[in-house]
Amino acid sequence: MAIVKLQRPKLNFGEKIYFGALIKGFFLTMSHAIKTLRGKSVGAESLASSGLGITMQFPEQRWDEHMPEYYRGAPALVTDEQGRERCVSCQLCEFICPPKAIKITPSEIPSDDPWAKVEKRPLEFDIDMIRCIYCGMCEEVCPEQAIYLRKDYLITGLKRADMVHDKKKLYEIGGTRVGLVNKWNELK
Amino acid sequence: MPEIIFQIAIIVTKIVILTFMVVLPLVPLSVYFERRFSAIIQDRVGPNRVGIPLTLLGFKKDFHFFGLIQPIADGLKLFLKEDFTPNHVRKAFYWMAPALTVVPALITVCVVPFGSPISIFGHSEKLVIADLDIGPLFIFSVASLSVYGITLAGWSSNSKFPFIGGVRSTAQMISYEIALGLSIIPVLMYYGDLNLSTIVQQQADHGWLLLPLWKNGHLGLPDLNTALFWFPAAIAFLIFTISIFAETNRMPFDLPECETELVGGYHTEYSSMKFAMFFMGEYAAMVIGSALIITLFLGGWSIGFGLDAWVSDLHIGDIYFGGLIHMGCFLTKLLAFILFFILVRWTVPRFRYDQLMKLGWVVFFEAALINVFLAALIVAAPQLKSVIITSGAVLLLIVTAAVIWVAKVSEDTTKVLRA
Amino acid sequence: MSDTPSATAEMKSPKSQAAEKGLVNVQIDGVWHQFPKGTRMIEACRQAEVIVPHYCYHPKLTSPGNCRMCLVQIGMPPRPAPGQEAPLDENGYEAIVWTPRPVIACANTVSENMGIRTRGDLVEKCREGVMEFLLINHPLDCPICDQAGECRLQEQSVQHGRGISRFVDMKVKKPKNVDIGPRIRLDDERCIMCSRCIRFMDEVAGDPVLGFTQRGTHTTLTVHPDRLLDSNYSLNTADICPVGALTSNDFRFQMRVWFLKETPTIDVNCGTGTNITVWTRENKIHRITPRLNDEVNSAWMPDSHRLNFHFIDSEARLTEPLTRITDTPSATFQPITWNSAISHAAAQTKAIPAAQTAIIASGRMTNEELFLTRTLAAEIGTHHLSLVPRFADADALLVAADRNPNTTGAKMIFGTDDPYEKLDSIRDGVRNGSIRSLIILGEDVITDANFTDTDLGKLDFLLQTSVLANPTANQAQIVLPSAAFAEKRGSMVNLSGRLQRLNRAVEPQGQSHDDWEILRDFILALSGDKNEVYHIEDVFKALAENVTAFNGLTLSKIGHQGIEIVDTGYQIPLLTNERARQAAGLING
Repeated sequence: MAIVKLQRPKLNFGEKIYFGALIKGFFLTMSHAIKTLRGKSVGAESLASSGLGITMQFPEQRWDEHMPEYYRGAPALVTDEQGRERCVSCQLCEFICPPKAIKITPSEIPSDDPWAKVEKRPLEFDIDMIRCIYCGMCEEVCPEQAIYLRKDYLITGLKRADMVHDKKKLYEIGGTRVGLVNKWNELK
Repeated sequence: MPEIIFQIAIIVTKIVILTFMVVLPLVPLSVYFERRFSAIIQDRVGPNRVGIPLTLLGFKKDFHFFGLIQPIADGLKLFLKEDFTPNHVRKAFYWMAPALTVVPALITVCVVPFGSPISIFGHSEKLVIADLDIGPLFIFSVASLSVYGITLAGWSSNSKFPFIGGVRSTAQMISYEIALGLSIIPVLMYYGDLNLSTIVQQQADHGWLLLPLWKNGHLGLPDLNTALFWFPAAIAFLIFTISIFAETNRMPFDLPECETELVGGYHTEYSSMKFAMFFMGEYAAMVIGSALIITLFLGGWSIGFGLDAWVSDLHIGDIYFGGLIHMGCFLTKLLAFILFFILVRWTVPRFRYDQLMKLGWVVFFEAALINVFLAALIVAAPQLKSVIITSGAVLLLIVTAAVIWVAKVSEDTTKVLRA
Repeated sequence: MSDTPSATAEMKSPKSQAAEKGLVNVQIDGVWHQFPKGTRMIEACRQAEVIVPHYCYHPKLTSPGNCRMCLVQIGMPPRPAPGQEAPLDENGYEAIVWTPRPVIACANTVSENMGIRTRGDLVEKCREGVMEFLLINHPLDCPICDQAGECRLQEQSVQHGRGISRFVDMKVKKPKNVDIGPRIRLDDERCIMCSRCIRFMDEVAGDPVLGFTQRGTHTTLTVHPDRLLDSNYSLNTADICPVGALTSNDFRFQMRVWFLKETPTIDVNCGTGTNITVWTRENKIHRITPRLNDEVNSAWMPDSHRLNFHFIDSEARLTEPLTRITDTPSATFQPITWNSAISHAAAQTKAIPAAQTAIIASGRMTNEELFLTRTLAAEIGTHHLSLVPRFADADALLVAADRNPNTTGAKMIFGTDDPYEKLDSIRDGVRNGSIRSLIILGEDVITDANFTDTDLGKLDFLLQTSVLANPTANQAQIVLPSAAFAEKRGSMVNLSGRLQRLNRAVEPQGQSHDDWEILRDFILALSGDKNEVYHIEDVFKALAENVTAFNGLTLSKIGHQGIEIVDTGYQIPLLTNERARQAAGLING
């Protein structure tokens, strides 16, 4: 790497004295304070401010209707139109998951199952929501469009065990997702 | 005998009321202001929730005093936290250090005049715990003890970052105490007195040091000499205020505890109430520093505009309660100045350590020294012949030029040495 | 192998220089190399460290050349007109004229002054075309396919494929999830017709049950009617299958391969000492595959040995030291700490005269453990020391008759030709009461050595170290849990005299200890000495100082391929077959 020598800016006497900048700073901070008190902070409206600053007062005011389409909440598993669980436990999400929050136990689908053709599905699928960082990599990496980050953000529990979402809970959050690629249907 | 008991009772009452009911509550209050004000500056809300949870009792709305109870909750939390003493510390000093930071700050309260004397049934009592004739000197001597607390905390923690914090604090305090002491010499020369009550009384009578716009209880322009003295007074005020910032380890001079470099600084290894005591000590020092600035430069309890004499005379029967109004005025000024402290904290970025040292030794020390002579010249002018005044002024100019030149040259040499 | 002739040989042409050594000059991607005549081009490229993608070629099998993936461009010098000398360049090589038509590298051999290009537009275009054909009918099964992650088709379609399909018709349907044998599952849609499995079963396993039926795009791999792919070597077909057509039932859907950690070690199920790789995740073994060693097992291993690892985390696994509770009528055990287990055992052993104490060790122990067993016998002062023989039928390939993996090592360490000879006398001694204390190391003598419950009931003291609960342990006073083969380090000597190394793939389960640590602690408890042995390396050092054949060796010097330390004259049949085929020019590796 080449070393780039930077020339410090030459300051004139007024700038060296520093008081001008100080006074400017006081005006800046005070203007923020006044705007906040008047509820006129920049962005207050779009962020549904409570009237002081740009902050929303959480338990009383909710994010929900302001949540953007791309919001990344709790990851969840989805089923397709026919109620088939889309996950085939390829374990790519487990592999990509940066905090190692996902744990999958794969299993074979018994031959009497209507979807025996798919051959593989998860026996257990646990996401440790204490570990999850909502990065969405699992959603991105999933080749079966089976895992999605939903808008659920109030993930709470009294015990560590409560914070582990098992397969049942994940399908409960995820629900059914329609209009996706269906590569396991009868035609294929 | 009963006379002495009566005196003692009065002193104890003053201590209890002024220290524990006026100054000490100011500490959590300033913490609250700090948090709320900083939040407002940063477009946030700040603590606004702690209150009485009436909804739990079935009411429609909680009652929260704008979060004013937050400091109490904080204190309670700190009380309930585990008081942990690490294994590797030097225990005796480790335990002593927090006390050594709080106690000096609170002791200095005793010379601050909170208001004009109140008199009840002919018995007049000054609103100051100890009306010492060496007020500012007492404050300096006691306040500089608090550096021991910080240094001992840093050293006894027996760990790197606290130690660096402690050392920084020592160097900083020593550096700025000189500027602090020198800067108020002009003020003391002007008043010719070291008793803070007298100083405030003089300001109430003849106009505040920085606002000399009334005389003997009437509004009016100051005479030439007083007007000229405004300049050294302003310089002194500036140096004194900034040095107080440094003395109280406040932003932008909070290098002993700067989180970005030293984790938590000298109190890294402290928890629970021991930590809280450092916290208290810091805010108490801020309160006392503000009080001192107000007392010396901004008229103390004086309301100003020639109203003081009238206020002092207010009475219901034999009870002259004007002192209480003055006390209210003093506290108002105090709060305003604390808010100024907070505003500075959230506006000015932290100095680099060499900048801090240079500011203390090269700028403030010299400026304060020259200011002393300038003030002396102005104070003494009426008694002197014009030739002496002129030659004195010329001499002062030469000395000032020389000092600036030396400062510049010294800066250049360091550059050469560094290269 | 150098393209710069040395100063002394400057006069000779590269051709005659190579010819003296029986080699030919070949230019691969612009660099000149020398190879023996008859080397396949793909093998020459491999030796020159140039990778030629391929599916059907396997160095241990013949080359039918049916995947066409290894197409390369070749060139030869033009034949000079009669009476003319071919023009030479400054290094003495003839100029190469490149042919416009590519050839497959796996079935053609190198010749003098040949040029091979494994890169360039022509070759890349060929590979792209071949990949596109191979992928026409390949299903998009990767998410559920066990091969994903080690699939050649995946890897090479990323490297050489188009990325986008142009195929618009319906894909050809073939049987999926076919049960063709007890251990192998077939998915015909995934098959790319490389025929490696067919050739393996025919040429190596000698059980040609696989073959192709139908033609063209409908070609299907099937097992012979009325037959199953049930050879003891069937799982090797899953190893060599470049795609996921043949997969192991045992490993099916257990774990994706990219999670697995590979540990090179050796198999302990017979005297051959097959080199293996243990694939683990989070202290659990998921599968075992053979590891290439041309002096032991080539690239293969028997299914029976490969699947014999599930016992390691089975229910019967012992995980803590146990002591018998004597005052209750039913024989029950209770866990104790290691310290008290060892000191109890030492006290009880000391209480019985040495002449009435016997040690039965195991041929499944490592050299280090056997050496410590020898030390233990010396410490106690007993001569009653024997191993338990374990013989069964050999097959004609890898499985040896001697099912103890370290008989050769035991012979060398105990200094005897028959380490099993005293077993009968010990059994008699137990029966007639002349032996009252028995220390059994890792063997189940009731199942394997004709002892009975009554025999063992006569003993005053029985100490057993074992991986699993077994009938012998049931009779013991103290049971010490030891480590399974994948949990310990050490060395063994196979039947052909090759010293090989075991590596730790997983940590011992529960509180179980490495056998050498148990023996060390036991010996120290008996002697009362201070411990000076902290690592298995220390034990091997002592072994190397005391046993001639091991002189000068250390564990790390053994390496992953082993060292031959003694010539026993034993021939592994599979290697004999392979060398014969090699000599016949059928295979190259």
